[in-house]
Amino acid sequence: MSHLLEINNLDVKFDTDEGRITAIDNVSLTLDQGRVLGIVGESGSGKSVTAKSIMQLNPGNTIYNDNAEIIIDGENVLKFTSKNDLKKIRGGKVSMIFQEPMASFAPAIKIGSQMVEQLMLHKPLDKKEAKNISIDMLNRVGIADAEKRFNQYAFELSGGMRQRAMIAMALSTMPKLLLADEPTTALDVTIQAQVINLMKDIIKEFNMGVIFITHDLGVIAQVADDVAVMYLGSVVEQGPVNEILKNPMHPYTKGLINALPDINNLDAPLTPIPGNIPSPLDRPTGCVFRTRCPHASQEGKEENIKMGLVEVKPGHWLDKCGVDCGKI
Amino acid sequence: MSENIVSVNNLSVSFDYQENFLSKKQKIKAVNNINIKIKKGSFFGLVGESGSGKTTLGRAILGANKISQGNVIFHDDERDYDLTTITSREMKDYRKKAQLIFQDPYAALSPRMTVRDIIAEPLEVMKITNSRQETDEKVREIASKCRLNLEHLRRYPHAFSGGQRQRISIARALVSNPKFIVADESVAALDVSIQADILNLLKQLQNELNLTYLFISHDLSVVAHVCDIVAVMYLGHIVEMAPSRKLFSNPKHPYTKALLSSIPSIDPENKSKAIELEGEIPSAMNPPSGCVFRTRCPHASADGKEVNVEMGLVEVEPDHLVDRCGVNCG
Ligand SMILES: Nc1ncnc2c1ncn2[C@@H]1O[C@H](COP(=O)(O)OP(=O)(O)OP(=O)(O)O)[C@@H](O)[C@H]1O
Ligand code: SF4
Ligand SMILES: [Mg+2]
Repeated sequence: MSHLLEINNLDVKFDTDEGRITAIDNVSLTLDQGRVLGIVGESGSGKSVTAKSIMQLNPGNTIYNDNAEIIIDGENVLKFTSKNDLKKIRGGKVSMIFQEPMASFAPAIKIGSQMVEQLMLHKPLDKKEAKNISIDMLNRVGIADAEKRFNQYAFELSGGMRQRAMIAMALSTMPKLLLADEPTTALDVTIQAQVINLMKDIIKEFNMGVIFITHDLGVIAQVADDVAVMYLGSVVEQGPVNEILKNPMHPYTKGLINALPDINNLDAPLTPIPGNIPSPLDRPTGCVFRTRCPHASQEGKEENIKMGLVEVKPGHWLDKCGVDCGKI
Repeated sequence: MSENIVSVNNLSVSFDYQENFLSKKQKIKAVNNINIKIKKGSFFGLVGESGSGKTTLGRAILGANKISQGNVIFHDDERDYDLTTITSREMKDYRKKAQLIFQDPYAALSPRMTVRDIIAEPLEVMKITNSRQETDEKVREIASKCRLNLEHLRRYPHAFSGGQRQRISIARALVSNPKFIVADESVAALDVSIQADILNLLKQLQNELNLTYLFISHDLSVVAHVCDIVAVMYLGHIVEMAPSRKLFSNPKHPYTKALLSSIPSIDPENKSKAIELEGEIPSAMNPPSGCVFRTRCPHASADGKEVNVEMGLVEVEPDHLVDRCGVNCG
């Protein structure tokens, strides 16, 4: 069966003043229609770069490896060069929503005009049809007075409302794939709960595939079917969300869970992961997590191992090194 | 001697607000008739969503916001400071005793200052030390208590990670040897692992240095873990206040219940639905009359009697206070 999205052996490097840094190292992921894949990990783990690679939104200093593939609907988007090709993904088959909705809206253009313009770029619609679809969509995401909002600017809306408007714009073109990068992180919890429920309904209704990026394991637990845990550009563990959160095996996944304050378990101590995330300029060789791992060996054999996921239980993928350390 | 370090009595703080110079001046009541007592040695939590007045309350206690009504008393061992009538001379003393932890010292301070200078600045401004040597000693002492690498004192803060910068910020707040600390969203921007580390550090410093904290946060799970008493704010009012465990195991006000139910559970099988609140937080410029929560409350009555209720906390169980209207709606 072919997948909606297939990422194979993706490396992403950036040329910077301080040298070439590795942001993504050999990442492979698949996503099927109707599924939500959560990507979780700390700041700098490569979550956003992964999403931007799918949309081809990384800047000019980006270097991809030759054998990398990002296949959407049978086409490798990394081979896309023409504007027309890119149009098929950006705002066409793929839409992206962000933590800061102002990033999606031009400040000086009315929300409605932007929605209409985007729709007409991708669908054979006239202005009137595009307007009707846009207003329907604003209604659909729970915006009261949709016609009035259609004629307003993004800054005139409250934070929660803006987030809804951005979701409406992203969905109006009926994308097959939605990339959501921390879409609820900046919201108050009661508004976050509203937006999460809205997204769950819409994902079901439209039967899209979704990549949901967040650093919040609670949000992942509530919205995702599957989860990939990233650390310093590598996926270290991956599988169905219930399995990964209940039976985490990689020392990093366990570390994240142990550091989290759980409201249902107030007696549990908060255990930080020792040390600091290394700079991407000094990305450790071998196992990327070895400088902070409680199981790392004295003799430093992790310096030479090659990372890679292996299936340890049906559907549960774990970095090879994590398999070795599981035995400790 | 009082067992409390801070008493806030019927405190209101209003700001003048004018949309442009032609429009009428309006008053925004950011904090409305607040009564709290902060016990010495406690980790007092203040939670609520954006615009609820947490920061304004914290700043009023530090003397950084003008008090419109009521008063704030700081009980030091020898004497009281009344923040309503405090003179600028007394204020100089008070600053040594009550300090704020910046959210991010890097954002607030000159990038041309070394870590040493950032931490030393309060000592110099408040003229606490008499020589450079004495200043250096104090800086090194507090830096090592905050588990900062002393080698790093000569460096500039931009080179540091979020967690290290937060330690710098804590060291700066503590260098004048204060007794009371307002920590306003001090872990909000940090990754979970660093957050755990900073929270543990705050707890440890509390024991070592006999500190009392007012810990302001929008994150209920964090507050539940570190605070021993918690007040929940909504639109300038405290709607519920209780010892942590009581509040989180037995929330009584409909807003507290909704907040708690909104925390996404890390257990994927626990899909218990959030109590969805209708609409958004009303603007503080134009708050609902009567019960401020009534426009979003799932229990608001059809006949609208909440329009006329007067808000105020009632003790429903020992130490567990709930707004009167919340008591009525059960
Ligand atoms: N344009 C760029 N040039 C250089 N480095 C970059 C660029 N974009 C991202 N990076 C680096 O790539 C790494 C991965 O960054 P990314 O933004 O994907 O992290 P993230 O997981 O999304 O983190 P956060 O949780 O903070 O959003 C980081 O080290 C980042 O500094
Ligand atoms: S290989 Fe070693 S360092 Fe890496 S995760 Fe496993 S035990 Fe830790
Ligand atoms: Mg990101």
